Amino acid sequence: MLSGWRGDMALDVQIEKKLPDFELNVSFSASEAPLSILGPSGAGKTMLLRCIAGLEQPGRGRVLLNGRVLFDSDQRIRVPARERRIGMVFQHYALFPHRTVAENIAFGLLDRSREEQAARLSSLITRTHLEGLSERYPEALSGGEQQRTALARALAIDPEALLLDEPLSSLDTHLRSQVEAQLQETFAAYRRPTLLVTHNIEEAYRLGEQLLVLSRGKVAAFGPKEEVFRRPPTREVGQLTGCKNFSRARMNADGTVEALDWNCRLRVEQTISKPAAFLGIRAHHIDFLESMPVGAPSENVLPCWLVRTSETPFRITLYLSFHQPAAETSAYDLQAEVFKEKWQRFRSLPYPWHARLSPDSLFLMPE
Amino acid sequence: MDLSPLWISLATSVTATAIAFVVGLAAAVWRERYTSSAMALVDGMFLLPLVLPPTVVGFLLLLLFGRNGPLGKLLLHFGATIVFSWPATVIAAAVVAFPLMYLTSRAALEQVQPELLQAARTLGASEWRVFREIALPLAWPGVLAGTILSFARALGEFGATLMIAGNIPGKTETIPIAIYFAVEADEMQRALTWCAVDVVISLALLSGLYYWTRAQGLGRAQRMAR
Repeated sequence: MLSGWRGDMALDVQIEKKLPDFELNVSFSASEAPLSILGPSGAGKTMLLRCIAGLEQPGRGRVLLNGRVLFDSDQRIRVPARERRIGMVFQHYALFPHRTVAENIAFGLLDRSREEQAARLSSLITRTHLEGLSERYPEALSGGEQQRTALARALAIDPEALLLDEPLSSLDTHLRSQVEAQLQETFAAYRRPTLLVTHNIEEAYRLGEQLLVLSRGKVAAFGPKEEVFRRPPTREVGQLTGCKNFSRARMNADGTVEALDWNCRLRVEQTISKPAAFLGIRAHHIDFLESMPVGAPSENVLPCWLVRTSETPFRITLYLSFHQPAAETSAYDLQAEVFKEKWQRFRSLPYPWHARLSPDSLFLMPE
Repeated sequence: MDLSPLWISLATSVTATAIAFVVGLAAAVWRERYTSSAMALVDGMFLLPLVLPPTVVGFLLLLLFGRNGPLGKLLLHFGATIVFSWPATVIAAAVVAFPLMYLTSRAALEQVQPELLQAARTLGASEWRVFREIALPLAWPGVLAGTILSFARALGEFGATLMIAGNIPGKTETIPIAIYFAVEADEMQRALTWCAVDVVISLALLSGLYYWTRAQGLGRAQRMAR
């Protein structure tokens, strides 16, 4: 886990820590590309950040930041949080309620000259768009403003790494995209190891370049976000990244895949080295034929019946059963998500409808 | 009339409160770092002066500071005797005031969100700065309440003081002791006067501090509303 070849900006983490229900056991590296850590509640995400920041002590492991040892259980090194130079944005921001915005941001600037403090403070206030709010107290700020103050305060110490714990979870939905844009802007300028913890799939995808999926304390997937989403390495990662459709699978001799739960034979573009145990497809990757097929059934096209629907403003989720109408509304084989315009074009067709599972969209998982 | 009990009482209470403030707060901060169940014993010991009869506290102090007590012997080495001197009134008052300061400030410190202290640490603050600039200001209303209670308790201290400091007019005779001996000597007028003085001091203190904290609260509310 030496970081010499990767250039200067790197955070190398290898942590083991016993938690009440499971053991946190992760190892990964982050460079200047923002890393999203995605996982369900209670997966150990926050604990991981706290161990890196020095607020909790791991049982075993090492933490290196730009080659500097922050924690090493073998060498008995444990650098206290105040000397780590890691900026942390807490989930509920942890702003000092008895200090103004300016005083909050300047808290970490004490060791600098007066002129430098003032210059840095005003540059941070401009950068995080807090002009005119510097004399306010945290209670008098909106959620977005509190979040920006917490970010400015963390950036004030010129941290060598930035950790954000669920940065958007305490915000109203309409504020999120705005704050998200602000964060993206900050990350683009920062270019140092940035870790962002979230349980929201879209947030993780939009804000990170790299993605780490954490499940019960273990790294379930780690890599460029597009890769992890396109080809989840396990069924669990598929589920955690929002995939709804899975079937048990068996390889056929002719290279096709038998989808055991869907009772059909499918061609899949992806090849994997281990035998495939599962097959999956994302709900929005399912296509529907807009006219009745003529002649022999074509490849990867399955007859299906509508079980029930669920609508959002622009999209509709269709719950479908394959091969025959479903006996009850809870028994469906597949969830498909389509734009309503598209749905209008095939909803009046007689049953069975024809769903196409493109060989390129299907993915295989060994476990 | 000899006013010395008033001055002795005030000097004793102020000094004892200052000692209880520092020691009680330090104990509360120290205690907050540990969660082991063995600390229950420590807690119990810290609270003993609150529940024991003052005569027991006084007797134990007498054993500790008397000529043959461990601390008394040590002090004698430096040519000092504590028993039946003014410092004895301070020691008695500080010991009985300590549990109130400790309990109240510990409760107040526990109310401060740990995340705020942790945030300060990630920003490079030393433990002293974390305490001085974050924990103490946020726990201040509770710490202040503890100080008031300590002062009131110190001012009213009687039993332990009598045991260890005795009744030496002009030296260790505080207001409560003056009242007791006035009654015993059948000087009702004198006893009544000192009772009135005690009531006035306590009432002035408590109501003054009540208005002060109210004003603080109002100021804070106005600041938030800006």
